[in-house]
Amino acid sequence: MRSLVNRVGVAAVAAGALIPASVHAAAVEGAVQKQATNLSAIVMFLIFVLATLGITYWAARRTKSAKDFYAAGGGITGFQNGLAIAGDYMSAASFLGIAGLVYTSGFDGLIFSVGWLVGWPIILFLVAERLRNLGKYTFADVASYRFQQTPMRTMAACGSLATVTFYLIAQMVGAGKLIQLLFGLDYMWAVVIVGVLMIAYVTFGGMLATTWVQIIKAVLLLSGASFMAFAVLAKFGFSPEAMFATATQVHPKATAIMAPGALISDPVSAISLGMALMFGTAGLPHILMRFFTVSDAKEARKSVFYATGFIGYFYILTFIIGFGAIVLLLAPDATGAYPFLTAAPAAGALANPATIIGGSNMAAIHTAHAVGGDLFFGFISAVAFATILAVVAGLTLAGASAVSHDLYASVIARGRASEHDEIRVSKITTVVIGIVSIFLGIAFENQNVAFMVGLAFVIAASANFPVLLMSMFWGRMTTRGAVLGGWIGLVSSVSLLIMGPTVWKSVLGNPAALFPYDNPGIFTIPLSFLAIWFFSITDNSKAAQDEREAYKAQYIRSQTGLGAEGASAH
Amino acid sequence: MKENAQRILANPKFQELVQKRSAFAWTLSIAMLVIYFGFILLVAFGKGFLGTPIGSGVTTWGIPVGLFTIISAFILTGIYVHRANGEFDELNRQIMEESK
Repeated sequence: MRSLVNRVGVAAVAAGALIPASVHAAAVEGAVQKQATNLSAIVMFLIFVLATLGITYWAARRTKSAKDFYAAGGGITGFQNGLAIAGDYMSAASFLGIAGLVYTSGFDGLIFSVGWLVGWPIILFLVAERLRNLGKYTFADVASYRFQQTPMRTMAACGSLATVTFYLIAQMVGAGKLIQLLFGLDYMWAVVIVGVLMIAYVTFGGMLATTWVQIIKAVLLLSGASFMAFAVLAKFGFSPEAMFATATQVHPKATAIMAPGALISDPVSAISLGMALMFGTAGLPHILMRFFTVSDAKEARKSVFYATGFIGYFYILTFIIGFGAIVLLLAPDATGAYPFLTAAPAAGALANPATIIGGSNMAAIHTAHAVGGDLFFGFISAVAFATILAVVAGLTLAGASAVSHDLYASVIARGRASEHDEIRVSKITTVVIGIVSIFLGIAFENQNVAFMVGLAFVIAASANFPVLLMSMFWGRMTTRGAVLGGWIGLVSSVSLLIMGPTVWKSVLGNPAALFPYDNPGIFTIPLSFLAIWFFSITDNSKAAQDEREAYKAQYIRSQTGLGAEGASAH
Repeated sequence: MKENAQRILANPKFQELVQKRSAFAWTLSIAMLVIYFGFILLVAFGKGFLGTPIGSGVTTWGIPVGLFTIISAFILTGIYVHRANGEFDELNRQIMEESK
C-alpha cells in the first residue's frame, strides 16, 4: 500500500513539470521497503567508512588555523578542487535519480542532465575569479565587501542557512531511504548514522577532510559509473543505436522514450526552471566556498573547467546507465527469468518498469548488479552512501561557516573573536546542525524530498545570487539596496514556493494553489534584482556615497587580485 | 596600496584587460544562455523535432541536440580558461609589475 502511494507520488511529481532538482530527489523517494542485508555491500561500506575516517584523522592533525578549517589552507590545486566540486554536485540523487528517470521515461532524463550542467560556465565567466579575488571563507565576505558588515552579513548568513537547511533535510531524507534500501537498516538508524558520521568528518577534519572525502568519492563514482556504461555499451558492440533499438522493443512506452515527455510543458515553467537551475548553482554556499580552497584566480578557473568536464561526462554516463537499466532489467535473463522485477510479465506482454524491486531509484544499483555481480553491487552501494555523506558534510560546513564566521565573528563579536573561538563556535554549530538535521530528517521522512531540494535552489537563486552578482558588477549598489533586495528575494521565494501547487495543494492538502507555478524563479529572481536597483538609486545618504566610492578599490582587487587573500605574491 | 590603486587605474593596460575580459566573458555567457534556452524552448515547443528519428533508425534528433548542449558547456568553459589563464593573466602580471 505504502509503495503504491509512493509510486503515485513520484508519478505526480514527474507529471507536474517540477523543477529538475525535484525530480532528481523524487527518484530517491520511491517505494522503500527494508531489504535483506547484503553482506558484500556492508563489507564495502565499512571499508569506505574506515578509510574516510582515516582521512579525517590525518586532516585533523593538519588543521591548525581557521584558514585550514574553512578553506583547507588554500592549498588545494585546481584539478583537486574540480574533482571536489564535481563530487559536491554528483550527489546520489543525481546518480540514482537521473538513471531512474531515464529508466522510466527515457529522453526526459537528459533534459535534467543538461539543466544541471549549464550553470557552471556562467559561474566561471562571471563569478569564480572575482569571488576568489575578493573572498576569504564565505560568499558573505564578498557580498559585504564594501558595505556595512552587520546587516549584510546577517542577511547573507540567513540566506545561506535557509539554502543549506532545505538542501540538508532533502539529503538526510534521501540518505535515510537509500540506506534503508541498500542495507536493510531501519530508517531512523540510517539517518542517525549519516548524522553522526557527518558531524565527525566536519568537526574533526574541517574543509581539508571534507575536500578529500569528496575527491575520493568523485573518483570512485566516476570509475564505477564508467565501468557500468562501458559494460552496457559492450553488450551492443558499442553501438548506441543498437542499444536504443533494443530499449524501444522492451520498454512499454516504445519509441516514446526517445522523445521529450511532459516534464516541461509551458514556456513559463520551462524558463523559470532554467533560471532557478542556472542561477541557483551560483548561489549555493557550499559550492561557492570551494573557490576559497584554491590558491588564486587561475586555479579557481581551472577547477571550474575540470568540474564541468567531470560533471558533463558523469551525466552522459548516467544517461547510458539508464538505458542499460531498460535493456538489462526489463528483458529476461538467460534462464528466461526477471530477477530484478517483483513480478514477471504475462506471456507475450512487455515487462512493467514500475515492478522493479525497491522502486525506480534502484535502477542504477540493479544495473550494477547485472553487469558486475555481487561485489560490484556492494561497491556501488557503498559509493552511493559515501556520496550522500560527503555532500551532507560539505553542506554542514557551509552552514557552520555562516554562523561562526559571519554571525559570530563579524556581527556578534564584531571582529574581536580569536581564530580559536571562531573554530570552536563553528564546531559547536556543526554538532547543532547535525543533531537538528537528524531530527528534521526523521520528522520529514514522508515529506517530498523533491520539493525541499527545489526550494534550496530557488532560494539560492533569489536571495544569494542577485546580491552576490550586483556587489561585484554594480558600483552604485548600497547597503540599503543590497540588504532589502536580499531579504525580498529570500522572503518572496519562500512564500511563493509555499503558495505553489506542490506545497499548498499536494503537501498541505488545499483544493487549489494560491500561486500557479511550482517554480517561482522567473518572478522572484528579477524581483530581487529590481529591489536592489531601486533601493540603491534612491539611497543618497553619506554612507551610501562612501560605499560607491569604495567600489573603485574593490573593482581593482576583483579584476587583478591585488591584495587578495592567500594569493601568491605577484 | 592606495597609490598602487591609482597607478593601476591609470594604466591603459588595465583598461584593456578589463574591457577585453568583460566582453569575452559576456559573449560566452550569452552564447551559453542562447544554446541552453534554445534547448529548453525546443523541449517546450519543438517536441516533434526532438522526437524525429535520424534516418531510418530509432535514435532521435533529441539525442545529439542534448549531447551538443552538454559538450558546448564544456567547450565554452575550456575556451575561456585557455584565454584567461594565458593572455589575460599575462596582461594582469604586467599591470601588477608596472604598479609596484
